[in-house]
Amino acid sequence: MSTALALPAPPPTVRRRVSDLLYTRRGVLLVALLAPPLLWFGVIYLGSLFALLANAFFGLDDFSGVVVREFTLKNFVELAEPANVDIVVRSVAMASAVTLACVVLGWPLAYTMARHARGAQKALLYVAVMLPLWSSYLVRLYAWKLLLAKEGAISWAAQQAHLTWALDALLAIPRLGGPSLSLSTLGTFVVFVYLWLPFMVLPMQAAIERIPASTIEASADLGAAPGQTLWRVILPLALPGIAAGSIFTFSLTLGDYIVPQVIGDSTLYIGQVVYKQQGVAGNIPFAAAFSLVPIVVVGIYLWIARRLGAFDAL
Amino acid sequence: MRSEATVGVSPWTRTAAWGVVAFLHVPLALIVLYAFSAEDKSYQFPPPALTTQWFAVAWQRDDVWAAIRLSLEVAAWSTAIALVLGTLAAAALARSSFFGRDAISLLLVLPLALPGIVSGIALRSAYNTLAIPFSFWTIVIGHATFCVVVVFNNAVARLRRLNPNLVEASMDLGADAFQTLRWVVLPQLGSALLAGALLAFALSFDEVIVTTFTAGQQTTLPIWMLQELIRPRQRPVTNVVAVVIIALTFLPIVLAYTLTRADEPGAR
Repeated sequence: MSTALALPAPPPTVRRRVSDLLYTRRGVLLVALLAPPLLWFGVIYLGSLFALLANAFFGLDDFSGVVVREFTLKNFVELAEPANVDIVVRSVAMASAVTLACVVLGWPLAYTMARHARGAQKALLYVAVMLPLWSSYLVRLYAWKLLLAKEGAISWAAQQAHLTWALDALLAIPRLGGPSLSLSTLGTFVVFVYLWLPFMVLPMQAAIERIPASTIEASADLGAAPGQTLWRVILPLALPGIAAGSIFTFSLTLGDYIVPQVIGDSTLYIGQVVYKQQGVAGNIPFAAAFSLVPIVVVGIYLWIARRLGAFDAL
Repeated sequence: MRSEATVGVSPWTRTAAWGVVAFLHVPLALIVLYAFSAEDKSYQFPPPALTTQWFAVAWQRDDVWAAIRLSLEVAAWSTAIALVLGTLAAAALARSSFFGRDAISLLLVLPLALPGIVSGIALRSAYNTLAIPFSFWTIVIGHATFCVVVVFNNAVARLRRLNPNLVEASMDLGADAFQTLRWVVLPQLGSALLAGALLAFALSFDEVIVTTFTAGQQTTLPIWMLQELIRPRQRPVTNVVAVVIIALTFLPIVLAYTLTRADEPGAR
């Protein structure tokens, strides 16, 4: 026993020394772990965002179309023009409407997943929401091009149900309607709701699931009708989840430039203006300035969401 | 137990819930139907006749194959980079608290939280400013950046569940840090990393918004699809490609779900 203890320790290898250093000095380990991701994000991503910010203050030579690297506020003056303000207002209104519709449509599903479904049914519902969330955005958009086309499935269904008049009445609404569903603002709205709905359902479901069943029973025992329990107990407690989901629905709608290009009348949204300015017009400075608008709007939105406790529910 | 948990869910709510599930999935089923449609000039519903010939036609298309190959290569490289960076960041942030920790996790989420068009045009103006020509790697850099958070989320969820005593025990028994990593930590982390990698792969494979800004003249599969969406020229081939994309992305997603079920709510 004692002889074994008296044996000299083997000389420490380099490997063992590095290992000891990493274990005893947590700071060294932390730096070693964080250096690669921080370098990547700090240099590439933040660097790009700064390049974007800098470009927003550059101008474009009117004759040669070359970016002039001199400080100017011209882009921001242009931003304040009524036509551009209109685009911003329309985009924010669309993002808000889509968010609201996602809450209303997502609620029964989130509630059923959280409070009713168990076992296999719950797993099935979960996969049913997760699949569309992760699966191809373009394919899901394409599906609606098929559905909403004049000769497509929705028109056909309306015809079979003798409801073509209702569809026509819907399309006759000024600003919302159009020659066909795929060429109307209504169509743009429906597609946005379809695309982002899963992003709302999952955080709402998580928030509802965290409400103890006893709280809901207590509300009923104290005489609240189901409607009252929903409005005064469940909904306020689920609010952080709703806010968390709305960050996605709002931000994703605000920055999208593909959906309104494929489905909708030809009115412009923020994303399309940014895309067109940098592409066809080659005006990266103005595109950069315009892309600061969604950053600011989403920033304000995040600030409100944080006050509603959204980040605890992410 | 069961009766207690189902308090307050009316049949109406449940019916509405299944209605919403149908709303989410019927359009995708429709795409599969259209891939067999004999009609090739319009989106006519119901299809006048069914045929399998378009699968053969699509199989012959070199441009589709080239787009699929480019997308797979980009997704593989982006996933590999995201796997390394996301795991390192997760290991650093999972159990420690230090000044700036929240700022770092916010920085990792930022590429997904900001509208895609912002990240896209930011990268593009950086490439422009530094006069970097568009290439395979300009796409990969963009994709890897927003894929990191997916791996990170999965790895952090698993690391937080991992019993820290196991690491201590391994070290007490004489293993050095590298042996502990290899034989104790990684085996427990493995399935979470695989799930994160699968989701990152799916995300990269069909990303289009950032890609349009960083690809130049290169055509990934989503860009091919986008061109068809804006100016439909070959509807039957597009229908078939859409079905292929559905099949290619559903598999990794379902697999990732089964791998991380225990970590819920860890997925995004």
